[in-house]
Amino acid sequence: MTDPDHATTTAALLLLADSRLPAGGHAHSGGVEQAVTTGRVHDVTSLDAFLRGRLSAAGAQAAAVAAYACRLAGHDSADGGDWRRLDDEVSARLPSPAQREVSRAQGRALLRVVGRCWPAPVLSWLGERPHHAVVQGVAVALTGGGTHDAALLVASASVTGPASAALRLLGLDPVDVTRLVANLAPDIDHCAAYGAEASAVDDAALLPAPALPMLDVLAENHARSEVKLFAS
Amino acid sequence: MHREDPQPDGITRFAAPAGGEAASTHRRSLRVGIGGPVGSGKTALVAALCRVFGPDMGVVVVTNDIYTTEDADFLRSAGVLSTDRISAVQTGCCPHTAVRDDIAANLDAVEALEQAHDPELVLVESGGDNLTMTFSRGLIDVQMFVLDVSGGDKVPRKGGPGVTASDLLVVNKTDLAPHVGADLAVMARDAAAVRADRPVVFTDLRGDPRAGPVTDWLRLQLAARRGARTT
Repeated sequence: MTDPDHATTTAALLLLADSRLPAGGHAHSGGVEQAVTTGRVHDVTSLDAFLRGRLSAAGAQAAAVAAYACRLAGHDSADGGDWRRLDDEVSARLPSPAQREVSRAQGRALLRVVGRCWPAPVLSWLGERPHHAVVQGVAVALTGGGTHDAALLVASASVTGPASAALRLLGLDPVDVTRLVANLAPDIDHCAAYGAEASAVDDAALLPAPALPMLDVLAENHARSEVKLFAS
Repeated sequence: MHREDPQPDGITRFAAPAGGEAASTHRRSLRVGIGGPVGSGKTALVAALCRVFGPDMGVVVVTNDIYTTEDADFLRSAGVLSTDRISAVQTGCCPHTAVRDDIAANLDAVEALEQAHDPELVLVESGGDNLTMTFSRGLIDVQMFVLDVSGGDKVPRKGGPGVTASDLLVVNKTDLAPHVGADLAVMARDAAAVRADRPVVFTDLRGDPRAGPVTDWLRLQLAARRGARTT
């Protein structure tokens, strides 16, 4: 495996970032559906505010986790205890049970893809339903990417998926939504740099824990909704 | 799923999910996709199949339609399916994607139901987007496409993968044909023209609540599957 701190981006890595990756991502809105249902997000401007908040909390947290997992995947000495500790620390950063469930469902779906496209012994340490950001980080390592790639992939996905969900739910102009995400690019880059830097800790317990309680509230209310179009 | 022995540190190691790669002949269940436009009678057909096959072989259902407690009540009150045997998948406003391009959530739902109930028949229902509806072969073994005559007798002529490539084309609500001016002979002729030798059946679930032609076809599929497993 390549040195995770000095890896170069590969075409395989682009596959992981492709929204067509068959890992279930298309059916997750990251809280947008509930935000739309309650009127919090109703146009491009309110979507912009929502995505900025999401990036700063869920995005930054997941970016750090993915970068940490990417580095851990490169350590031959890492054992089940290390992966279990990381799993616990991610769970501790997701206070909403619905968020934890969604994270594990997406992690399992991605593991299914990674296990068949880039099989590797490290995957057997992750359990059947690992957290999404952990699998994302390991997948980046297996495709030859490094910690910054992992953080960038996750930071970007933390807003592009929800943006696409808003497009579908509100019937927004797709170019307006793309421009919105394009304007967020510097913030996504910044979030990735933060995540990569914050992941350079010896113990998963020292990973940062940025949070936005509204995302947990939205996730819990979504899980309780009778009719829902998205899984989150 | 293959599970290795617990390691000295107490961690049990797992193989990654097989993701449909496991040879389908090693599976007990026959997975059947049921697609077709909204209102064509898919849920009523599911109820009919549960009524016929449920008592003997155990049936579970995954639905990709917008699923309400009303829908669950419909199946439960018909006495055909307990709520723990049905699982609803959210498709993110793209029902077609969830059964064709990215089947992850459907696979998880199917595998969970199979693990819990060990059924011989798994029904995966989806309205899809329109006549282009088709299921991934990674998700199902055989698929049927359900049309109803009130959609117009020109529908089979339009073709589309749902009409042309499904393993069974079901033309439902034949009792309505006289009322909507649909010519069943035209539908049969047009369907045969675009479907090569693949079968087409005509049903009227109000007159035949056990969906005879469909259950006959499905019995053949189930028998073929049992044969494949034992050889």
